[in-house]
Amino acid sequence: MKKALKYFVLLIGMVIFAYPFLWMIAGSLKPEIEISDLELWSSKLSFHSYAQVFTKIPIGRAFLNSMFVSLSVTTLVVVLGSMVGYALAKLKFFGKSVLYLLILFTMMIPFQITLIPQYVLMVKLGWTDTYLSLIVPAMMSGFSIILFRQFFMSVPQALIDAARIDGCSDLRILFQLIWPLSRPVIITVAILTFMASWNDVLWPLIVVRDRSMMTMPQIVTIFVTGGEAESQLGLLLASATLLALPVIVAYAFFQRYFIESMAATGIKG
Amino acid sequence: MSPGNKIFRLIKQSDHNGYWFVLPYVIFFLTFIAYPLVFSFILIFHRWNIVTPMQWVGLKNFGRMFQDPLFFKSLVNTLIFLAIHIPLQLLVALGLALLLHSKIQMRGFFRAVYFLPVVVSGVVVTILWQQLYSYDYGVLNTVLTAFNLPRIPWLVDPGFAMPSIAIMATWKNVGIYIVLFLVGLQSIPHELYEAAAIDGADTVKQFFRITLPMLNSTIVVIIVLSTIGGFSLFIEPYVMTGGGPMQSTLSGMLYIYNQAFYFNHMGYAASLGFIFALFILAVVIIQRKVVGTESVS
Repeated sequence: MKKALKYFVLLIGMVIFAYPFLWMIAGSLKPEIEISDLELWSSKLSFHSYAQVFTKIPIGRAFLNSMFVSLSVTTLVVVLGSMVGYALAKLKFFGKSVLYLLILFTMMIPFQITLIPQYVLMVKLGWTDTYLSLIVPAMMSGFSIILFRQFFMSVPQALIDAARIDGCSDLRILFQLIWPLSRPVIITVAILTFMASWNDVLWPLIVVRDRSMMTMPQIVTIFVTGGEAESQLGLLLASATLLALPVIVAYAFFQRYFIESMAATGIKG
Repeated sequence: MSPGNKIFRLIKQSDHNGYWFVLPYVIFFLTFIAYPLVFSFILIFHRWNIVTPMQWVGLKNFGRMFQDPLFFKSLVNTLIFLAIHIPLQLLVALGLALLLHSKIQMRGFFRAVYFLPVVVSGVVVTILWQQLYSYDYGVLNTVLTAFNLPRIPWLVDPGFAMPSIAIMATWKNVGIYIVLFLVGLQSIPHELYEAAAIDGADTVKQFFRITLPMLNSTIVVIIVLSTIGGFSLFIEPYVMTGGGPMQSTLSGMLYIYNQAFYFNHMGYAASLGFIFALFILAVVIIQRKVVGTESVS
């Protein structure tokens, strides 16, 4: 009896978290007058709303923009972040502990303080409406450096010393010896960075005004708030579904990694 | 030996690759963190529309804030959001985490479903919930009327709009907190419960005497993360309500955005950002005091 109640609550929870998404996908395929029904099926499903979204906004281009930006940011954060993390964990140099404290300090700065000056900087550099403004300010993160450092501390020093004796440079030690051992931390940093970059809307809204340079969440936001969707429910839901789909597909494949990575952010607090 | 010489000698003895490896970060730090911080500190004492030269106004930006009803409105709105969001978040997350922690089948599957809204963009969630909340045709009101309950003016009534956004935000984020609670629950030693059972403590007593105290630091972390989230609330009101009805969903971040990018009041917007950042820092510092350094790895 008690067991049945447990499963009942868990199932209710499942409906609450999953049904809205199913309703959204169904609504994007249903004719306009049937969308507000609770039913998920209709005899008249079509891709009509999607076709209209594609003609009204350059969402294909926005998808490519988002892909390029998020992949660039993720690559840079992982490569550069692991280099700094390696230096902090395994190399001896004067000023190291100061740098480490400095990085911890930067993680505490709320973005509300730096947002406007960063925008001004983009204007001064002439980077607005370019990929540079979307990639460069996000190319390093204190949090990922700290994650890399923590992980690299646990790599035995003897391993590195042995590689040194064999004449390996630090670059080779990092990328050919330590990287293959560091899959968990690389995956964590990559997933967190990619998700944050892909889902960010505030920064793109500030630095990009040119429609051909907009990221996917940004163009969907503009589409929805700017009245271009002409309050047609089907179009709103179709654009939202297109935006959600790439992440949901990635999540379906790497679900465990997503959850474990996000659990790591709790340590940050 | 003079300190300058000593530092020079220490640098000479250092591993030079260390400097090469951290050089990109140092450049990044100076350009995108240090410079904006300094510039922000200059900006809060100026009036500036980004086109004409800056104009020194001293502390007038802060004086203006005290006479600005919208600033107070956005602050109160944020507090309303947090007052609903945090308790709801803790209750739902802890409840579901306890269920998932007990012996059940398909735990991974349930956890994965509850986590789904976390990975999806806030824009998607907001567009979706805007429809669910619709007064006449929304799914939520359809369900309510099916049970003979009155319709709720979710987004059209100024009293309901911010709570509605808080409920949506809970739905979106609760998956993270379920996972954090699960990590916390798994770290509680089993012997504690066995000892308590021998002493005759029932399940309820065990929960309040063992489980809850052992989850203390998890709860504090969740409160802090939610508070930072509340002060950063932007895209939800931006897409869903534009800050209305009657400014009832104007969040701090949305107000900063409007001041900076609609009215070009860069100095005033920077001052608002500064004040809201102080609130966040206060919360983070209180957390450090409460939890100590244990959660900072």
